[in-house]
Amino acid sequence: MTTLNVNGRTVTVDADPSTPLLWALRDQLQLTGTKFGCGIAACGACTVHVNGAPTRACVTPISALAGAQVTTIEAIDNDRIGRAVQDAWVRNDVVQCGYCQSGQVMAATALLKTRRNPTDRDIDEAMGGILCRCGTYQRIRAAVKDAAKSLG
Amino acid sequence: MDKLIQQNPGAAEVLARLSTAAPRKLGRREFFRATGLAGGGLLLGIALPAGHRFAQAQQQRMVYPPAAFVRIAPDDTVTVLINKLEFGQGVMTAMPMLIAEELDCDWNKVRAEHAPAAQVYAHPGFGIQMTGGSTSIASSYTQFRTIGASARLMLLQAAAAEWKTPLERLDTRDGVIIEIGGGKRRAPYGRFVEAAARLPVPERVGVKADRKDFKLIGKPTRRLDARDKVNGRARFSIDHGLPNMRVALVARPPVFGGRVAKVDDARARAIKGVQAVLTVTTDRGGSGVAVIADGYWPAKQGRDALAIDWTLPPGVSTPTQMAQYRALAAQPGRPARSDGSPEAIKTAARTIDAEFEFPYLAHASMEPLSALVDLKSDRMTVICGSQFQTIDQVLTAQAAELKPEQVDLVTTYAGGGFGRRANPSSDYLVEAVRVARAMKTAGIDAPVKVIWTREDDMQGGYYRPAHVHRVTVGLDAKGAPVGWQHVLVGQSILRGTAFEKFMVKDGVDATITEGVVDTPYRLPNLQVSVHHPEANVPVLWWRAVGHTHTAYVMETLIDELAAAARQDPIAFRLALLDAQHTRHRAVLNLLRERSGWAAPVAKGRARGVAVHESFGSVCGHVVEVSVQGKEIRVHKVTSAIDCGTAVNPLTVEAQVQSALVYGLSAALHGRITLKDGRVEQSNFHDYPVLRLPEMPDTSVHIVPSTAAPTGVGEPGTPPIAPAVANAVFALTGKRLRKLPFDLAAA
Repeated sequence: MTTLNVNGRTVTVDADPSTPLLWALRDQLQLTGTKFGCGIAACGACTVHVNGAPTRACVTPISALAGAQVTTIEAIDNDRIGRAVQDAWVRNDVVQCGYCQSGQVMAATALLKTRRNPTDRDIDEAMGGILCRCGTYQRIRAAVKDAAKSLG
Repeated sequence: MDKLIQQNPGAAEVLARLSTAAPRKLGRREFFRATGLAGGGLLLGIALPAGHRFAQAQQQRMVYPPAAFVRIAPDDTVTVLINKLEFGQGVMTAMPMLIAEELDCDWNKVRAEHAPAAQVYAHPGFGIQMTGGSTSIASSYTQFRTIGASARLMLLQAAAAEWKTPLERLDTRDGVIIEIGGGKRRAPYGRFVEAAARLPVPERVGVKADRKDFKLIGKPTRRLDARDKVNGRARFSIDHGLPNMRVALVARPPVFGGRVAKVDDARARAIKGVQAVLTVTTDRGGSGVAVIADGYWPAKQGRDALAIDWTLPPGVSTPTQMAQYRALAAQPGRPARSDGSPEAIKTAARTIDAEFEFPYLAHASMEPLSALVDLKSDRMTVICGSQFQTIDQVLTAQAAELKPEQVDLVTTYAGGGFGRRANPSSDYLVEAVRVARAMKTAGIDAPVKVIWTREDDMQGGYYRPAHVHRVTVGLDAKGAPVGWQHVLVGQSILRGTAFEKFMVKDGVDATITEGVVDTPYRLPNLQVSVHHPEANVPVLWWRAVGHTHTAYVMETLIDELAAAARQDPIAFRLALLDAQHTRHRAVLNLLRERSGWAAPVAKGRARGVAVHESFGSVCGHVVEVSVQGKEIRVHKVTSAIDCGTAVNPLTVEAQVQSALVYGLSAALHGRITLKDGRVEQSNFHDYPVLRLPEMPDTSVHIVPSTAAPTGVGEPGTPPIAPAVANAVFALTGKRLRKLPFDLAAA
């Protein structure tokens, strides 16, 4: 049994300690908003926040998360910045297939928590690891800036 | 594909052979069961118009069940059932727009859901339920508007009966029935839905004739699925689960069609959470080993712990294969088009002789493949993001030894697809059914979700075929073409599939020649021929199919001719297009105007242009590139498209951006290679795709049009790679003839 703190709740997970957080979230906790894309931290679809920092859940074993606060896409609208990012995504009609967008929203939220007025270079650095095969990148860039603006 | 179907009236028939049965009438109760719509809300039954141009391919008028497309709830929520797969292209927004336009309901109350698999949802042109060929809006434009208009008329008739007032006295506005004059009564649609559902469906109903009356069509409209896709609520194929479900990973043969000789599964079985290790038949007569567990991670650990000896068939090695293709390309193949004389080229003052190479490409959708199967003795549920509902239903039924009507195929959102989920052999679904059957035999009575890892997905075949083109163009003294000899080499996508009968003619697969044999350019003495070598590599359509390579060859060669004639590339193209090609001309003119073509380009950069017709639309790009070291940077893309009526311009813009990014990923990075039959790439580290920092600044311009809509999802892909190559030539003087681009080797 491993104890985790996910979205403000303490939960216990009956899984091998090597189990990546991604699969504990998806298979054990039924939090399927965090996506499986590559399994090797190469696409960013599984991005969650661990103690506020963007983290690839597919390569983070649950054994490494004792005492850590995990936030997933399902709870990001409780966060003022997360909500602003989601709203900006909707306003800018960013999504297409939508599969990568949980990771995009989590990465953008983490960026705006540390950089309120991100430059293009900041956006490249924070978002460059989150792949999108639909090619929504231009609207993602616009939405990050729009979210920043809406936060004042 | 659309065009091909129209040219082959037998197409729908052949495809219908695959479908469950002759169209039949579903009872209301049966329909409720089939759709899971029981309870909550009332249904409105609508028939498909017989006069639709796609419907002409169908030999008989279909009998449609009630309640197939529109559900209006007592709270006036309008739910539109979408008979397509939503995998990014925006059908769950644009198709409801078509219905809402004529239904005259409140757009804020419109929702969309995937329809179940049933004959009533067959594509009006293809006769089976499917999504592909960039036809969703084009083929639904009349159908869905007519459904909306019929629904509105039935509501008006119900209101007229209840209020005992002539129909002419009634009108609608945003979901409300309004009485003109008389009692000036008003009531929302929800009030009349039950009565309307009992009325016969109108035989004939008109749609808005004057586009000035359009309230929604042509208006940039945000997606209905946006919120659910930014809060984790949207459920994709891989997200679905059922009580007591198991997860399976399959160890597939490392060479296509290989078989398990011996398996040592002792270590796998010892892993906590692994319930069974079962040998299963895999695609193309192969076999593999399925690890059944209570979640992905134990299944993955179990699979990693297997020791398998394989019996492998001979496999392809890329360098050998390409050498074989080049040798074939030096000889004429089966003729695909022969104009004038093959001798004409001998009179040429000079010739351009060019050989092009294109690699296999993986679709690499963000969501790896998966399939959830719940197999009972007389019924099966299959949950997946299917592009080919009818075919998938029929083939999974066959694999389960059930009848198609015993299979409930549930379509979910898919995280991309780009053709991979439209497989005439339903490979990944049939395999999942075999896993479910093996579990039954082993005494495990539980639903199973087969998940593909990224490596499985990348190495699992069904690639865009590799190709070689060899072209000799003869020019006269002034640089004008006098002959064009073109040999294409590549596997047939459709040989051996249900599509072969009407898309492979005289041994030539139409999906390889599209974009060459129908070139709009005035090219005298055009001679096109094709070789289809066999290879043990499964191939499939990949966004824009044959146009992905043919547009590259045609548009870079036309550019080369322009350079040889010392003419401006846009002016040269316009001069080579006859007057009837008004759409190509409009796109080129719009590109010239919006790209600042005449203005000087920034230092260190150059522009390139390409234009191409595919899926009924004409799309072109002007790009600005620079070269840093050996790396090509694409800074700016100006795009123009003529897609007829742009139903949702916001979607058209998104799809053109999406299509050009997809093409750019392939041109800059995409390559699947094989060594002794084993695929050498495995994940995004060795099959890179475009990332946000590489995204050019794009602007998309739509040619104003009142024509019926044509394709949007794919036409942006073909012209991007040649536009970049042409810009690279303008900058460096190098012609890139091999993809992906490698400036160092050029």
